[in-house]
Amino acid sequence: MLLRHTPDTISERSALVVNPAKTCQPIGAMYAALGIHGCLPHSHGSQGCCAYHRSTLTRHYKEPISAATSSFTEGASVFGGQANLLQAIDNIFTVYEPEVIAVHTTCLSETIGDDLNQIRDKAEKEGKIPEGKHVIGASTPSYVGSHVTGFSNMVKAMALAAEKTGRKNGKINIIPGWVEPADMEEIKRLAAMVGVEFILFPDTSGVLNGPLSGEYHMFPEGGVTMKELRSAGDSMGTLALGEWCSADAARALDSAHKVPCRVLDMPFGLQATDRFIDALRTVAGVSVPEEIAHERGQLVDMMSDMHQYFYHKKVALVGDPDQLIAMTEFLVSIDMCPVHVVTGTPGKRFEKRIREITADMPFEVNVRAAGDMFLLHQWIKNEPVDLIMGNTYCKYIARDEDIPLVRWGFPILDRVGHQYFPTVGYKGGLRLLEKILGVLLDRKDRDASEESFELVL
Amino acid sequence: MATLKKKMVQWDPTDIKEELLRKYPPKVARKRAKQILINEAQENETPEISANVRTVPGIITMRGCTYAGCKGVILGPTRDIVNITHGPIGCGFYSWLTRRNQTDASAEGADNYMPYCFSTDMHDEDIIFGGEKKLAKAIQEAYDTFHPKAIAIFATCPVGLIGDDIHAVAKKMREKLGDCNVFAFSCEGYKGVSQSAGHHIANNQIFRHVVGENDAEKPGEYKINLLGEYNIGGDGFEIDRILNKCGITNIATFSGNSSYDQFASAHKADLNTVMCHRSINYVADMLETKYGIPWIKVNFIGAEATAKSLRKIAQYFGDKKLIDRVEAVIAEEMPAVQAVAAEVRPRTEGKTAMLFVGGSRAHHYQELFGEMGMKTLSAGYEFAHRDDYEGREVIPNLKVDADSRNIEEIEVEADETRYSPRKSSEEMQKLEDAGFRFKHYDGMIPDMDKGTLIIDDLNQYEAEKLVEILKPDVFCAGIKEKFSIQKLGVPMKQLHSYDSGGPYAGFRGAVNFYREIDRLVNSRIWGYMKAPWQETPELSATYVWE
Ligand code: SF4
Ligand code: SF4
Repeated sequence: MLLRHTPDTISERSALVVNPAKTCQPIGAMYAALGIHGCLPHSHGSQGCCAYHRSTLTRHYKEPISAATSSFTEGASVFGGQANLLQAIDNIFTVYEPEVIAVHTTCLSETIGDDLNQIRDKAEKEGKIPEGKHVIGASTPSYVGSHVTGFSNMVKAMALAAEKTGRKNGKINIIPGWVEPADMEEIKRLAAMVGVEFILFPDTSGVLNGPLSGEYHMFPEGGVTMKELRSAGDSMGTLALGEWCSADAARALDSAHKVPCRVLDMPFGLQATDRFIDALRTVAGVSVPEEIAHERGQLVDMMSDMHQYFYHKKVALVGDPDQLIAMTEFLVSIDMCPVHVVTGTPGKRFEKRIREITADMPFEVNVRAAGDMFLLHQWIKNEPVDLIMGNTYCKYIARDEDIPLVRWGFPILDRVGHQYFPTVGYKGGLRLLEKILGVLLDRKDRDASEESFELVL
Repeated sequence: MATLKKKMVQWDPTDIKEELLRKYPPKVARKRAKQILINEAQENETPEISANVRTVPGIITMRGCTYAGCKGVILGPTRDIVNITHGPIGCGFYSWLTRRNQTDASAEGADNYMPYCFSTDMHDEDIIFGGEKKLAKAIQEAYDTFHPKAIAIFATCPVGLIGDDIHAVAKKMREKLGDCNVFAFSCEGYKGVSQSAGHHIANNQIFRHVVGENDAEKPGEYKINLLGEYNIGGDGFEIDRILNKCGITNIATFSGNSSYDQFASAHKADLNTVMCHRSINYVADMLETKYGIPWIKVNFIGAEATAKSLRKIAQYFGDKKLIDRVEAVIAEEMPAVQAVAAEVRPRTEGKTAMLFVGGSRAHHYQELFGEMGMKTLSAGYEFAHRDDYEGREVIPNLKVDADSRNIEEIEVEADETRYSPRKSSEEMQKLEDAGFRFKHYDGMIPDMDKGTLIIDDLNQYEAEKLVEILKPDVFCAGIKEKFSIQKLGVPMKQLHSYDSGGPYAGFRGAVNFYREIDRLVNSRIWGYMKAPWQETPELSATYVWE
């Protein structure tokens, strides 16, 4: 038993988090910044945070993650980090020549109270920001919210780079939220099929699933350009996918430039994808092409083919709020029973949404925001499940309790491929179902006794 | 096989150095110039390198922080201590199971907290009002849920800033709980210039709060401690297997596959053997001063190095029975290693490597490459000090700068009751006269070829340039560097965490490493970088069917 110390008896803990289901803000900000073309993320704090965030993103995406750091030592912690950041901006533009530096704070620079805007202005005045280049910044204190909050804060900083010229650009803004590069690609494909023109931000497709060609480009093709971001203020409207990841940015655009917005769920599974396509259609005033209805029909077909295996199977889920909400709905739509749902990210609305989605299930769901994986494990011990869906750290629970696991969410450190295969949209739904059925039937094949073992179980 | 590789132009090392520095602003270039050294023969002394100095802000460094060195590297591999990170959630999360420290917790009733991540998950109100109460509560909750024998507390950046007194909380809780040793580490990330500071802080506190706690006699003959070995990918398991086979008792490994009791009993050993000089040499000194245990440098990376280290240990004890046993073990283990070396050698001979890791690994692994006939073109450390490059004799001349002053040095004296010299001064002298060296480490520079480049705190920009210019057959560094190097078409081997491989220590480890490097430098994959139409884009005049 690897988690041999986890007792079945659940005792309230108010100070100790065990096996967290979240991490800190800056890593989300770093990921979002990588979705800007020609952008070098910069971590304003001591270099360890940056090293950790880069390592974790690298392990997950299996791609180079370049990011610079202000490399605070004790002095900077006492006197403030302004000198470090000014020096860093200068060095970065000289050595790496990015188009944009996207600075985020860490708990250290936040606690000191460094003011990013003021330092940015000073850098500008001192001529440290070359003509035509940009420095944007987001405050991402790691003692508030989670990595999801940090992602959202950086996306909001991107939205605030928008300007309004008064000339409509005929586009809609799509804010995809924290999904895989392949998902961003899939969202673009669907939007293009519907026939809308769009600005997608952030956009890590091509950046974090780039080719191997014998050449290294610190700034690969891909990512939303600063030019596009600036014109986001002239768009017809904004579709924000995910309340936690994307809504703040959309609302900021609305209040700054009167770009109307709608906040949708992330398009995981049938119904959330339906709503996304429908929203695209109505916002852009176009009709949905037959190919999309065809893809949808394929997903429904697969759902019906697999239904016998899914019906009333119990699932434990852990991950980030936006993903969990959509996934819970998807599982309910195929008659599976999400019985335990945990996110580490705080937010009361989360529990409410999950309860609404599971309201007419034949059981009461255990749901917790600001929970941890230790609690999830304890819940599983008390009410066993047929399937776990969550990040790589779930493998310890899965092994100890002998439960099939579908790796999904962030971070996935021990598998390769998730950066290439989308799980959003109808096609993504197919992949999710295939994965779920795969692990359930592998388990059945393994467990069946010899006399009940059949060619087709 | 079609490969991209251009014939290597003969580069002069001076030109390479210049090329690396060309793009920097003058101040940065001046600083980096002192950290890039061309290995040249000098009269009676090794050339000097600048190391353990601050990273330039904005430069994409390979380094991590003090907390990572303390919690991640040193305490990470210890299974039965509950390690609570006091701070916001991130630091604890990232150091959760990511270093591939293996542990054997199969003994009946053994505790193993390594798969767990404990954090106080500080929120803004803790930052504003202070986190001491929450920390005390977290310790209580950990105690109530797990009843561990020890709880360790690690401070992250904001904790130092807001001034939480973690040592006072630890002391209070130790007294309150009674049967649980609670101690704390002031290892805030901003202290020091790299993770090395964290190693220091960790080792000091372990020495202060745990070493010497258990006076019970340990069974076994030829008792040693293994310092600076972290059981990445099972290295420690392989070394223990060999030691066992030789009849040598390993009392404590600091800190691979370790347990609380091992640290507590470390003063019972008769010899300290130091693997990673950087991370722990000062502990060896303290153990000698306080308890009278001498220390020697060993290296179990590479089959020859392993044999040499075993012989050194045997020579120290000077017992014929042990000396014979060690020779028998070497004779038994070597043929399998040599067979694989001979098998891969035709495929690896003459190939080249670059190594940029740690504070000893970039040195140790050159032995393995050497055994395969491979040359190291360039190497350097992520967080070494000058002694790791130039040898221990430079320690007295090291400048103590503001950053080093931050790191506590503990003063040790001979323990009144437990100090006992393991050998008489005559015996020590006799060994030294026979060429045996105590308290000694040569450093990396003397072992590297003339004209090679030794670079401290290499950064991403320089790494890319070096690889473009010298096109090594394999590059060794860490996860952050892995994919940018591979995009250039050069295989990258992680030497902090070994990717998924290992063990690479000892005899069996050498075999694993030979096979792994053979796979990497001879993989077909690196030949597919360009499509055929990209390799010869010219169209011929006519379209010809064959
Ligand atoms: S929690 Fe704070 S100190 Fe820790 S890694 Fe995150 S930003 Fe850095
Ligand atoms: S070998 Fe390197 S990574 Fe390992 S402990 Fe020593 S300095 Fe650290």
